[in-house]
Amino acid sequence: MATVVKQKSDVVLDYLRPGKKFPSVWCPGCGNGTVMSAIIRAVDKLGYSKDEVVMVSGIGCSSRMPIYLDFSALHTTHGRALAFATGVKFAQPHMKVIVVTGDGDALAIGGNHFIHACRRNIDITAVLINNNIYGMTGGQGSPTTPDAAFSTTTPYGNAEKHFDVCDLAKAAGATYVGRSTVYHAPQLEKQIATALEHRGFALVEAIANCHTYFGRLNRQGDAVAMLNMFKERSVTTAKAKEMTEEELKDKWVIGTLYESTEKSEFCEEYQKLVDRVAKGGR
Amino acid sequence: MSDANSTDQARRKPPQTKYDYSAGPPPVTINMSWCKACNICIALCPTQVFEPDRDGKPVLARQEYCTQCTLCWIHCPDLAITSNYK
Repeated sequence: MATVVKQKSDVVLDYLRPGKKFPSVWCPGCGNGTVMSAIIRAVDKLGYSKDEVVMVSGIGCSSRMPIYLDFSALHTTHGRALAFATGVKFAQPHMKVIVVTGDGDALAIGGNHFIHACRRNIDITAVLINNNIYGMTGGQGSPTTPDAAFSTTTPYGNAEKHFDVCDLAKAAGATYVGRSTVYHAPQLEKQIATALEHRGFALVEAIANCHTYFGRLNRQGDAVAMLNMFKERSVTTAKAKEMTEEELKDKWVIGTLYESTEKSEFCEEYQKLVDRVAKGGR
Repeated sequence: MSDANSTDQARRKPPQTKYDYSAGPPPVTINMSWCKACNICIALCPTQVFEPDRDGKPVLARQEYCTQCTLCWIHCPDLAITSNYK
């Protein structure tokens, strides 16, 4: 029998909270688990210790994640994850704050907190798991439910227009915006790692499958069928430049969509202000 | 998977890999108590290493075909698959 060597795939198990009951509460094949393992591998790759990372979440399927991970965790009220995370970052600027949030949590209930966290450019990494629907409460339409898509509150098709999360964050002032899908899990891992290293507000939109509600109501099939759909409907940023608007209509552009280091970070800026006032300046 | 497909698969020669599974541990370990039978690993595996058992959970049917492409354990939402090789 060969000696036990630590394998690359085993690192995921080291970051799980001891004493938690597995399997997780998510449906079989849910993309949240894939995003969770991508986050763990990104944190492990960057070599952060468990005490150095805080994971903040609101309410929803995706927000169950900090319960399973052995980081400092804060499970907060619906939509207010980014508001709590701003407080955590402000009090402990040396810590890495990861916010795991869903599309309804971040954009509907916490829409205001989302745009203002982007505006302040505070050093938080937000991983927004976008499954186009409110999964936990029974499949109601969310702000990212696509036009004409079915949900339990839009049984004849959605008449509203949907948010483009990445455009919204960029316009509101976030300095890193990336998008990936659960099919492109290695790329998602890289995106999260880049976002964690970025100084300033970083948003990674992880497009995930909710085959239990969104897939079933929109006839997109099971988890495997939805993953294959992500593969077919995703185009990289390099390829998207050569395509017309019409061709990009039903596609997701994946990759780093926006990155800037010009804007100053909020905690640094506030420290400058504190120093200036302490010296007696105005 | 149909029987005809399985037979085709069995007739095919295993790919040339640097891994020798007959001597060491199996290519991947599946934690059956964590697995929820979502079928993702079975569908994504490019060399059809897995076959579903009666509950739909994967079993290693053709482990000599495994090329350690990492697709199964990177996509497993329940962290139930771990590789035994680098």
